[in-house]
Amino acid sequence: MSDRPRPTRGAYAVLAFPVAMLSVFFLSPFFIMLAASFYRRIEGGFYEPAFVLDSWRRVFSDVFLERAGFSIWISLLAGAVCIAVAFPFTYFLTRMRRRPHVSLLVLVLSALSLSEVIVGFAWSVLLGRAAGISNILVWLGVMGEPVAYQPGFVAVLLGLCYIAFPYCVLTLYPQLSRLDREVTEAAQTLGASPWRTFRTVVVPIMRPTIVAGFLLVFVFTLGSYLIAAILGRPEHWTLSVFISDQASFNANVPFASAMALLLTVASLAVVGLVTVVESRTRRAA
Amino acid sequence: MTARGGLRLEGLVKRFGEVLAVDGVDLELPAGKLISFLGPSGCGKTTLLRMIAGLERPTAGRVHLDGEDITDRPPHTRDIGMVFQSLALFPHLTVAGNIGYGLRIRGVPGERVDARVRELLDLVSLSGLADRRIQQLSGGQRQRVATARALALEPRLFLLDEPLSALDANLREQLQVELRLLQQKLGITTIMVTHDQREAMTMSDLVVVMRAGRVEQVGEPLQVYRRPATAFVASFIGTTNLLRGRAAGRDLVRIGDRTFEVAGVSGDGEVVLSVRPEEARLLLGEAPDGNALPGTVVFVRDLGEMFECYVDCGLDQHVIVAGSPRERLAVSQGQPVAVGFPPDVCVVVRP
Repeated sequence: MSDRPRPTRGAYAVLAFPVAMLSVFFLSPFFIMLAASFYRRIEGGFYEPAFVLDSWRRVFSDVFLERAGFSIWISLLAGAVCIAVAFPFTYFLTRMRRRPHVSLLVLVLSALSLSEVIVGFAWSVLLGRAAGISNILVWLGVMGEPVAYQPGFVAVLLGLCYIAFPYCVLTLYPQLSRLDREVTEAAQTLGASPWRTFRTVVVPIMRPTIVAGFLLVFVFTLGSYLIAAILGRPEHWTLSVFISDQASFNANVPFASAMALLLTVASLAVVGLVTVVESRTRRAA
Repeated sequence: MTARGGLRLEGLVKRFGEVLAVDGVDLELPAGKLISFLGPSGCGKTTLLRMIAGLERPTAGRVHLDGEDITDRPPHTRDIGMVFQSLALFPHLTVAGNIGYGLRIRGVPGERVDARVRELLDLVSLSGLADRRIQQLSGGQRQRVATARALALEPRLFLLDEPLSALDANLREQLQVELRLLQQKLGITTIMVTHDQREAMTMSDLVVVMRAGRVEQVGEPLQVYRRPATAFVASFIGTTNLLRGRAAGRDLVRIGDRTFEVAGVSGDGEVVLSVRPEEARLLLGEAPDGNALPGTVVFVRDLGEMFECYVDCGLDQHVIVAGSPRERLAVSQGQPVAVGFPPDVCVVVRP
């Protein structure tokens, strides 16, 4: 690393633009939000600059801390489920022949064009009583009468996984397709069955990529509020649902800002923790 | 110890879509020997090796190991050790982790794995490097780790797919000798794929020369060199002069307007002769009547250990004559000379 050539002045100049854009469009809103969280709310719609701790006091009440915990929990779960499905899926995808490989990849990525609203309502129909999949089960004679699988925890989790899955595949795909085929073959000639090879060679080699995909799904689903609002009962609402609720419908920007900051700090803490644990165990291995 | 690892290939064919990679190979490979599959790239040698390893399913044909049909066995049940062209070391494991991988997944207890790993590290002269990471090793050290890993389970077959191709020339030569000595010490049946004829000559008991999915010739290295069966083998292994002519009765060949005496020729068909440069003779003065061609010196080079002289004899290629510098004749470019091809050095090859 240390013998890398020093960046030239030109390189800094090129960097200056994105850095400027990031500070204007990312950092300043962040600080505005930070300031807004201390503003005083005026009943009936607006807020005025001040330094009051009302919003923060409310955020640190049991209800919202519990919601924050729930949000992190369901996003972690979504990350785990997504990786558990997307990793084997992408592995076998990269080992397919070219034609089915490309068409399947296009199919998965085309799900990216669906907006969260559409995905939410589509799943709500699919899991509902009137026209949902339980009708098929009734028709097949498995069940007596149709039931609704939503709203519910599993429905929210399913929806979150559905919207995050293509992103997860996209994170895993480049590294997995670059995995030297001879490495897995070597394991097989040494006596490892395909499953054993997957477990003892593919997964350990891909661990940093798996962690990256997991964190991406975690952060991505943490910010989703429509899925939980559409497919969940109030007890399944994530903190993001409350943030959008407060910001859009109650016009309580100070409180929404405070909750958003809590969520940001909490998710950064989780990302940091996972990264540290990952690099520690890698070095120890 | 009875040698194990005798291999019999029966009508092996491998087709990839439109491409016929291996086109009917029948081979009987003796146990305990080092056998090279030699040929240009795309001749099907690697595909053949991969079918032996079980990494590729034959389109047709059978593979027998020690009399047992293993064609339908997946690779992890075949009892083989293989060194891949990319070496395919596990980047997430240390040197010891790589070498001990096969033992560990078989549930061999930790201390026995360690002992065996130490033994193998000694065998490939890497003692003390057990805890290194793969990324910290040089090319030659990685090659040795791959070798040790493949030998850890004392396999019946040791397969090498261009094992030294990533190394520079000097190290390559050194490791060729090392690998050969190791193979002889262990007496393990070894099959090596290479496109380097020098490598094949250095290391093998038996050379299988392949071309376009078929076996051209099987023989001991010197036999293949001295008695090539086809024009392809003659020119792929070393350098040769190919002389095209017609049979002109019993043991006689006409090349241009000259007559050659060559044993084993009859009839009146086309005949191709192969004469190695070091066995052709440069003659001053008029060309004698038999087994010689007149020509003009085109180019002379002295490489110190040998000299080479290119002579234009009116054939489609220049005739190359090589010899030791001691016996070098004082010839210069443009000088008329003759090249002699004594009867005993002319080898009749299939076109």
